[in-house]
Amino acid sequence: MTTKELAGASVEVDGEGYLVDHKVWNPEIAAAIAKEEGIDPLTDRHLEVIKFMRKEFDEKGSAPSIRRLNKLNIVPTKELYALFPGGPAKKAAKIGGLGKPQGCI
Amino acid sequence: MCEQPEPIKRVSLIVSKGSLVDVYPALVMGNGARMEGMDASIFFTFFGLGALIKKTQNSLKVATVGNPAMNMAMPMMKLPITMPFPTIMGAIPGVSNFATWMMKNEMENLDIPTVPEFLEMFTDAGGAVYACKLAMDMFKLTRDDLCDQVSSVLTVGEFYEKSAGASIIFT
Repeated sequence: MTTKELAGASVEVDGEGYLVDHKVWNPEIAAAIAKEEGIDPLTDRHLEVIKFMRKEFDEKGSAPSIRRLNKLNIVPTKELYALFPGGPAKKAAKIGGLGKPQGCI
Repeated sequence: MCEQPEPIKRVSLIVSKGSLVDVYPALVMGNGARMEGMDASIFFTFFGLGALIKKTQNSLKVATVGNPAMNMAMPMMKLPITMPFPTIMGAIPGVSNFATWMMKNEMENLDIPTVPEFLEMFTDAGGAVYACKLAMDMFKLTRDDLCDQVSSVLTVGEFYEKSAGASIIFT
Protein backbone atom coordinates (compact mmCIF):
# COMPACT_ATOMS: atom_id res chain seq x y z
CA MET A 1 0.00 0.00 0.00
CA THR A 2 1.38 3.38 -0.96
CA THR A 3 0.25 6.97 -0.90
CA LYS A 4 -0.07 8.72 -4.21
CA GLU A 5 -0.79 12.24 -5.43
CA LEU A 6 -3.85 12.22 -7.69
CA ALA A 7 -5.55 15.42 -8.86
CA GLY A 8 -4.03 17.38 -5.99
CA ALA A 9 -5.19 14.92 -3.36
CA SER A 10 -3.14 12.42 -1.45
CA VAL A 11 -4.80 8.99 -1.73
CA GLU A 12 -3.88 5.46 -0.74
CA VAL A 13 -3.52 2.91 -3.52
CA ASP A 14 -2.65 -0.79 -3.54
CA GLY A 15 0.32 -2.35 -5.32
CA GLU A 16 -1.47 -2.25 -8.67
CA GLY A 17 -2.75 1.29 -8.36
CA TYR A 18 -6.34 0.60 -7.30
CA LEU A 19 -7.77 2.97 -4.68
CA VAL A 20 -7.81 1.38 -1.25
CA ASP A 21 -10.91 3.30 -0.15
CA HIS A 22 -13.48 3.84 -2.88
CA LYS A 23 -15.12 6.63 -0.87
CA VAL A 24 -12.26 9.07 -1.50
CA TRP A 25 -13.06 8.91 -5.24
CA ASN A 26 -14.18 11.94 -7.21
CA PRO A 27 -14.34 12.67 -10.95
CA GLU A 28 -11.02 14.56 -10.83
CA ILE A 29 -9.26 11.55 -9.34
CA ALA A 30 -10.96 9.43 -12.01
CA ALA A 31 -9.60 11.66 -14.77
CA ALA A 32 -6.10 11.44 -13.28
CA ILE A 33 -6.19 7.62 -13.12
CA ALA A 34 -7.70 7.50 -16.62
CA LYS A 35 -4.81 9.55 -17.96
CA GLU A 36 -2.33 7.08 -16.48
CA GLU A 37 -4.31 4.28 -18.14
CA GLY A 38 -4.13 6.02 -21.50
CA ILE A 39 -7.71 7.29 -21.52
CA ASP A 40 -7.69 11.02 -22.07
CA PRO A 41 -10.04 12.80 -21.90
CA LEU A 42 -12.43 10.97 -19.63
CA THR A 43 -15.80 11.75 -21.18
CA ASP A 44 -19.30 11.99 -19.72
CA ARG A 45 -20.02 8.61 -21.25
CA HIS A 46 -17.11 7.04 -19.38
CA LEU A 47 -18.36 8.65 -16.17
CA GLU A 48 -21.89 7.43 -16.77
CA VAL A 49 -20.65 3.83 -16.89
CA ILE A 50 -18.33 4.31 -13.93
CA LYS A 51 -21.00 5.96 -11.80
CA PHE A 52 -23.37 3.07 -12.44
CA MET A 53 -20.64 0.62 -11.45
CA ARG A 54 -20.02 2.54 -8.25
CA LYS A 55 -23.71 2.60 -7.46
CA GLU A 56 -23.94 -1.19 -7.83
CA PHE A 57 -20.78 -1.59 -5.81
CA ASP A 58 -22.33 0.42 -2.96
CA GLU A 59 -25.54 -1.59 -3.11
CA LYS A 60 -24.16 -5.08 -3.65
CA GLY A 61 -20.56 -4.98 -2.55
CA SER A 62 -19.20 -5.89 -5.97
CA ALA A 63 -19.00 -4.16 -9.34
CA PRO A 64 -21.31 -5.42 -12.12
CA SER A 65 -19.93 -7.80 -14.74
CA ILE A 66 -19.56 -6.89 -18.42
CA ARG A 67 -22.53 -9.13 -19.07
CA ARG A 68 -24.66 -7.31 -16.53
CA LEU A 69 -23.74 -3.89 -17.91
CA ASN A 70 -24.88 -5.14 -21.30
CA LYS A 71 -28.07 -6.80 -20.05
CA LEU A 72 -29.21 -3.76 -18.11
CA ASN A 73 -28.63 -1.60 -21.19
CA ILE A 74 -26.07 0.51 -19.37
CA VAL A 75 -23.46 -0.02 -22.06
CA PRO A 76 -23.26 -2.59 -24.88
CA THR A 77 -20.20 -4.85 -24.71
CA LYS A 78 -18.75 -3.50 -27.96
CA GLU A 79 -18.94 0.07 -26.74
CA LEU A 80 -17.49 -0.86 -23.35
CA TYR A 81 -14.40 -2.31 -25.05
CA ALA A 82 -14.12 0.82 -27.18
CA LEU A 83 -14.42 3.11 -24.16
CA PHE A 84 -11.84 1.23 -22.10
CA PRO A 85 -9.43 -0.37 -24.58
CA GLY A 86 -7.16 -3.14 -23.36
CA GLY A 87 -9.19 -4.46 -20.45
CA PRO A 88 -12.57 -2.85 -19.84
CA ALA A 89 -13.57 -4.44 -16.54
CA LYS A 90 -10.23 -3.77 -14.88
CA LYS A 91 -9.77 -0.30 -16.28
CA ALA A 92 -13.30 0.87 -15.53
CA ALA A 93 -13.00 -0.47 -11.98
CA LYS A 94 -9.64 1.21 -11.49
CA ILE A 95 -10.78 4.57 -12.85
CA GLY A 96 -13.98 4.22 -10.81
CA GLY A 97 -11.96 3.84 -7.63
CA LEU A 98 -13.12 0.27 -7.09
CA GLY A 99 -10.94 -2.74 -6.35
CA LYS A 100 -9.61 -5.14 -8.97
CA PRO A 101 -12.51 -7.23 -10.35
CA GLN A 102 -12.57 -10.72 -8.86
CA GLY A 103 -14.79 -12.47 -11.42
CA CYS A 104 -13.62 -14.53 -14.40
CA ILE A 105 -16.34 -13.35 -16.75
CA MET B 1 18.78 -11.24 -12.18
CA CYS B 2 15.85 -13.09 -13.66
CA GLU B 3 14.44 -11.73 -16.87
CA GLN B 4 10.80 -10.70 -16.62
CA PRO B 5 8.71 -13.13 -18.73
CA GLU B 6 7.10 -11.60 -21.78
CA PRO B 7 3.32 -11.08 -21.26
CA ILE B 8 1.01 -13.13 -23.50
CA LYS B 9 -0.35 -10.95 -26.29
CA ARG B 10 -2.42 -13.37 -28.41
CA VAL B 11 -4.15 -16.67 -27.78
CA SER B 12 -5.75 -19.13 -30.18
CA LEU B 13 -7.95 -21.75 -28.57
CA ILE B 14 -9.03 -24.98 -30.23
CA VAL B 15 -12.22 -26.82 -29.27
CA SER B 16 -12.56 -30.30 -30.70
CA LYS B 17 -15.19 -31.76 -28.40
CA GLY B 18 -18.80 -30.82 -28.05
CA SER B 19 -20.14 -31.44 -24.57
CA LEU B 20 -21.09 -28.45 -22.47
CA VAL B 21 -18.01 -28.87 -20.31
CA ASP B 22 -15.76 -29.11 -23.35
CA VAL B 23 -17.02 -25.86 -24.81
CA TYR B 24 -17.25 -23.59 -21.77
CA PRO B 25 -13.58 -23.59 -20.75
CA ALA B 26 -12.56 -22.25 -24.16
CA LEU B 27 -15.26 -19.58 -24.04
CA VAL B 28 -14.26 -18.51 -20.54
CA MET B 29 -10.57 -18.45 -21.42
CA GLY B 30 -11.06 -16.72 -24.76
CA ASN B 31 -13.32 -14.09 -23.27
CA GLY B 32 -10.97 -13.74 -20.31
CA ALA B 33 -8.11 -13.09 -22.72
CA ARG B 34 -10.05 -10.25 -24.33
CA MET B 35 -10.81 -8.87 -20.86
CA GLU B 36 -7.07 -8.73 -20.28
CA GLY B 37 -6.55 -6.90 -23.54
CA MET B 38 -5.12 -9.85 -25.47
CA ASP B 39 -6.12 -10.83 -28.99
CA ALA B 40 -8.19 -13.98 -28.84
CA SER B 41 -9.69 -16.45 -31.28
CA ILE B 42 -11.44 -19.78 -30.89
CA PHE B 43 -11.29 -22.45 -33.59
CA PHE B 44 -14.07 -25.06 -33.42
CA THR B 45 -13.45 -28.41 -35.06
CA PHE B 46 -15.02 -31.89 -35.09
CA PHE B 47 -17.74 -32.17 -32.44
CA GLY B 48 -16.80 -28.75 -31.16
CA LEU B 49 -18.73 -27.43 -34.16
CA GLY B 50 -21.91 -28.28 -32.25
CA ALA B 51 -21.43 -25.04 -30.32
CA LEU B 52 -21.69 -23.09 -33.57
CA ILE B 53 -24.51 -24.95 -35.30
CA LYS B 54 -27.71 -22.96 -34.89
CA LYS B 55 -29.80 -26.10 -34.39
CA THR B 56 -27.60 -27.62 -31.67
CA GLN B 57 -25.83 -24.79 -29.86
CA ASN B 58 -28.64 -24.38 -27.36
CA SER B 59 -28.78 -28.03 -26.44
CA LEU B 60 -25.21 -29.05 -25.64
CA LYS B 61 -25.16 -31.67 -22.89
CA VAL B 62 -23.09 -32.65 -19.90
CA ALA B 63 -21.58 -36.08 -20.57
CA THR B 64 -22.59 -38.41 -17.75
CA VAL B 65 -20.96 -41.54 -19.15
CA GLY B 66 -17.29 -42.43 -19.09
CA ASN B 67 -16.21 -39.61 -16.83
CA PRO B 68 -14.48 -41.08 -13.77
CA ALA B 69 -14.13 -37.63 -12.19
CA MET B 70 -17.89 -37.26 -12.00
CA ASN B 71 -19.27 -37.69 -8.50
CA MET B 72 -22.49 -37.34 -6.62
CA ALA B 73 -21.62 -33.89 -5.34
CA MET B 74 -20.76 -32.52 -8.73
CA PRO B 75 -24.13 -32.03 -10.35
CA MET B 76 -25.16 -30.29 -7.16
CA MET B 77 -26.80 -33.38 -5.70
CA LYS B 78 -25.57 -32.47 -2.23
CA LEU B 79 -24.01 -35.91 -1.72
CA PRO B 80 -20.37 -36.43 -0.71
CA ILE B 81 -17.75 -35.56 -3.31
CA THR B 82 -16.08 -38.90 -2.53
CA MET B 83 -19.11 -40.85 -3.80
CA PRO B 84 -18.57 -41.77 -7.46
CA PHE B 85 -21.29 -41.31 -10.07
CA PRO B 86 -21.55 -44.76 -11.71
CA THR B 87 -21.28 -44.64 -15.48
CA ILE B 88 -24.19 -47.06 -15.76
CA MET B 89 -26.42 -44.50 -14.04
CA GLY B 90 -25.26 -41.90 -16.49
CA ALA B 91 -26.49 -44.09 -19.32
CA ILE B 92 -30.10 -44.05 -18.11
CA PRO B 93 -32.21 -41.92 -20.47
CA GLY B 94 -32.76 -38.46 -19.09
CA VAL B 95 -29.83 -38.46 -16.66
CA SER B 96 -27.63 -36.42 -18.98
CA ASN B 97 -30.51 -33.99 -19.51
CA PHE B 98 -31.01 -33.71 -15.78
CA ALA B 99 -27.31 -33.12 -15.09
CA THR B 100 -27.27 -30.54 -17.88
CA TRP B 101 -30.29 -28.78 -16.47
CA MET B 102 -28.70 -28.59 -13.03
CA MET B 103 -25.43 -27.32 -14.38
CA LYS B 104 -27.14 -24.67 -16.48
CA ASN B 105 -29.04 -23.44 -13.43
CA GLU B 106 -25.86 -23.21 -11.46
CA MET B 107 -24.17 -21.30 -14.28
CA GLU B 108 -26.99 -18.79 -14.53
CA ASN B 109 -26.65 -18.22 -10.77
CA LEU B 110 -22.97 -17.45 -11.33
CA ASP B 111 -23.79 -14.98 -14.13
CA ILE B 112 -22.31 -17.28 -16.80
CA PRO B 113 -24.04 -16.77 -20.16
CA THR B 114 -25.51 -19.55 -22.30
CA VAL B 115 -23.38 -20.78 -25.22
CA PRO B 116 -25.02 -18.58 -27.90
CA GLU B 117 -24.93 -15.53 -25.65
CA PHE B 118 -21.33 -16.26 -24.70
CA LEU B 119 -20.32 -16.39 -28.37
CA GLU B 120 -22.03 -13.05 -28.90
CA MET B 121 -20.29 -11.54 -25.88
CA PHE B 122 -16.93 -12.89 -27.06
CA THR B 123 -17.29 -11.49 -30.58
CA ASP B 124 -18.64 -8.16 -29.26
CA ALA B 125 -15.48 -8.08 -27.16
CA GLY B 126 -13.48 -8.33 -30.38
CA GLY B 127 -12.75 -12.06 -30.27
CA ALA B 128 -12.83 -14.13 -33.47
CA VAL B 129 -14.74 -17.38 -33.91
CA TYR B 130 -13.61 -19.82 -36.60
CA ALA B 131 -15.06 -23.08 -37.88
CA CYS B 132 -12.94 -25.89 -39.29
CA LYS B 133 -13.47 -26.51 -42.99
CA LEU B 134 -12.53 -30.17 -42.91
CA ALA B 135 -14.96 -30.92 -40.10
CA MET B 136 -17.67 -28.93 -41.90
CA ASP B 137 -17.16 -31.05 -45.03
CA MET B 138 -17.18 -34.21 -42.99
CA PHE B 139 -20.44 -33.36 -41.26
CA LYS B 140 -21.95 -32.02 -44.53
CA LEU B 141 -22.44 -28.58 -43.05
CA THR B 142 -22.60 -25.24 -44.83
CA ARG B 143 -21.98 -21.71 -43.59
CA ASP B 144 -25.76 -21.27 -43.30
CA ASP B 145 -25.90 -23.95 -40.61
CA LEU B 146 -23.63 -21.87 -38.40
CA CYS B 147 -24.52 -18.93 -36.18
CA ASP B 148 -23.75 -15.34 -37.15
CA GLN B 149 -20.84 -15.05 -34.75
CA VAL B 150 -18.61 -17.24 -36.94
CA SER B 151 -16.17 -14.89 -38.67
CA SER B 152 -14.93 -17.48 -41.16
CA VAL B 153 -14.52 -21.11 -42.07
CA LEU B 154 -10.82 -21.94 -42.15
CA THR B 155 -8.48 -24.66 -43.34
CA VAL B 156 -5.78 -25.74 -40.90
CA GLY B 157 -3.24 -23.68 -42.84
CA GLU B 158 -5.37 -20.57 -42.61
CA PHE B 159 -5.85 -21.16 -38.91
CA TYR B 160 -2.09 -21.21 -38.37
CA GLU B 161 -1.67 -18.08 -40.51
CA LYS B 162 -4.23 -16.26 -38.38
CA SER B 163 -2.55 -17.53 -35.22
CA ALA B 164 0.79 -15.89 -36.01
CA GLY B 165 2.53 -14.97 -32.79
CA ALA B 166 -0.21 -16.50 -30.65
CA SER B 167 -0.09 -19.11 -27.93
CA ILE B 168 -2.13 -22.02 -29.24
CA ILE B 169 -4.16 -23.84 -26.63
CA PHE B 170 -5.91 -27.12 -27.39
CA THR B 171 -8.75 -27.63 -24.93
